[in-house]
Amino acid sequence: MSDNKLKPAPLPNEGLPPEERGLFCDVAPREYEPAKGIVEDFYNWARSESLWILGFGTGCGAIELRPLMTSRFDMYRFGIQPRPTPRQSSVFVIGGYASVKTLKRIVRSYEQMMGPKFVIALGSCTINGGMYWDSYNTIKRIDQYIPVDTYITGCMPRPEALLAGFQELKKIIKAGKGEGQNEYARNFDWYKANQKKVIKNWNMPDYNW
Amino acid sequence: MEPTIIVRIGYAFISLFVITNYGLLLIGSMARISAKVQGRVGQPVYQPYIDIVKSSAKRNSISHGIMFYLGPVFRLAGGIGTYMFIPAVFGSVLFRNFSDSGDLLLVMYFIFFGQLGMALGAGEGGHPYSAIGVSRGLAQMTAFEVPFALSVIAVAIQYGTLDITAIVAAQQGGFMHWTLATNPLAVLAAIIAFLGMSMHNPFSVVIAPQEIPIGPPTEYQSNLLGMLQTNRAIFNGAKLVLYMNLFFGGATNIVVMVIKTFLIYFINVFVGQAFPRLRVDQSIRFFLGVPTLIGIASVIIAAI
Repeated sequence: MSDNKLKPAPLPNEGLPPEERGLFCDVAPREYEPAKGIVEDFYNWARSESLWILGFGTGCGAIELRPLMTSRFDMYRFGIQPRPTPRQSSVFVIGGYASVKTLKRIVRSYEQMMGPKFVIALGSCTINGGMYWDSYNTIKRIDQYIPVDTYITGCMPRPEALLAGFQELKKIIKAGKGEGQNEYARNFDWYKANQKKVIKNWNMPDYNW
Repeated sequence: MEPTIIVRIGYAFISLFVITNYGLLLIGSMARISAKVQGRVGQPVYQPYIDIVKSSAKRNSISHGIMFYLGPVFRLAGGIGTYMFIPAVFGSVLFRNFSDSGDLLLVMYFIFFGQLGMALGAGEGGHPYSAIGVSRGLAQMTAFEVPFALSVIAVAIQYGTLDITAIVAAQQGGFMHWTLATNPLAVLAAIIAFLGMSMHNPFSVVIAPQEIPIGPPTEYQSNLLGMLQTNRAIFNGAKLVLYMNLFFGGATNIVVMVIKTFLIYFINVFVGQAFPRLRVDQSIRFFLGVPTLIGIASVIIAAI
């Protein structure tokens, strides 16, 4: 717990009432060194073959996640399965458009996940806003708020496209490039500033753990 | 020649290693079989290994205090403890473990022990779903322990001993000597209790692994979750071996053990694929109804 590469000022949790501040962590996330050589390769293989999705549908695209469980698409054969809690899951699928209200929940859930964690952004809305590009309460690019590993375009992408996206994510993880957690820690101030720019009523802890 | 205690501890480690791997492969293969029933391809048989490696290879983890760490430790101790006092293979020095007179009572305690430890640890996690899961789990456990305890009492009366090795020894000599043939009511009650114990489908609401109320392990992650997953394999193996010993004549070599325990575990999958999930209140009513009456009947028959 000593290799703190990034040491910003402690976050004050100022959005919370004073009596709740002590309940939450006020230490910024830190970067984690990957293991060396073949060990990390082996870990990455295990990570890529056991992708646990956070079962949290953030938009209409989540409707395309459900068929993946059925016999027709059967994501279990790829080692993919849904998990109900962010503590245990390793992949966060952003299901389409994210309203500002949902973004708060996305940020909280993302930060509660244990690293290494990966994000798949699904649908055009996550890339450039899609059909919601001029909406007053949806965000346009999700990667300004949390790091994204893979995008799946389409409106809606079919379940086959999702499976292809998962295969792409597996390649990224196996190549050791799925370092979203470290990227988030490295650019924590930038991400937080972006999040606070759109979320006006910031009544949640600055770092959730 | 009686092996020394050091050698026996060494043997116990080998035995534990075998049952862990066997349990993991059993979970994987049963998931695969369930998938086939549902018309899917299903996960690879070795998926539980990958999941454990993945969980253990997580880079960070969180803690909610000492009790939070001790929860999985107690659970693992419960699993290993259960297995360590059951003779896995009758007459084998290697798989004898630490079975001795009166071990049946000890094993029954150990089955409860892990769940209680987990309840303490999960409560420390502070998540409301953990508390819901724990209360559901303990309620259902209390219910299925009644038919199970009754059938164990029936077996103990029938053979006049609490020593598992002696119970297995009394069942040697062919199918007609098994408890299955000599006291079928006790076996029936115990098998119904086993469905609840292994938390497969009709009684799976406690863990509900892919839904929002995941149950006690809601807050557990990283290597703590890896520990719980490992324990699941050991505990499954231990329970199967216990059932095989008490009701199905034990095993005289490892191949027979594998075949018998596989078939006992298969009962779960068979029932689980055919019946939908019950709510906790329904399952408690179920266990305290007909299975308990069957258990009482088996005790009375054994006593007469």
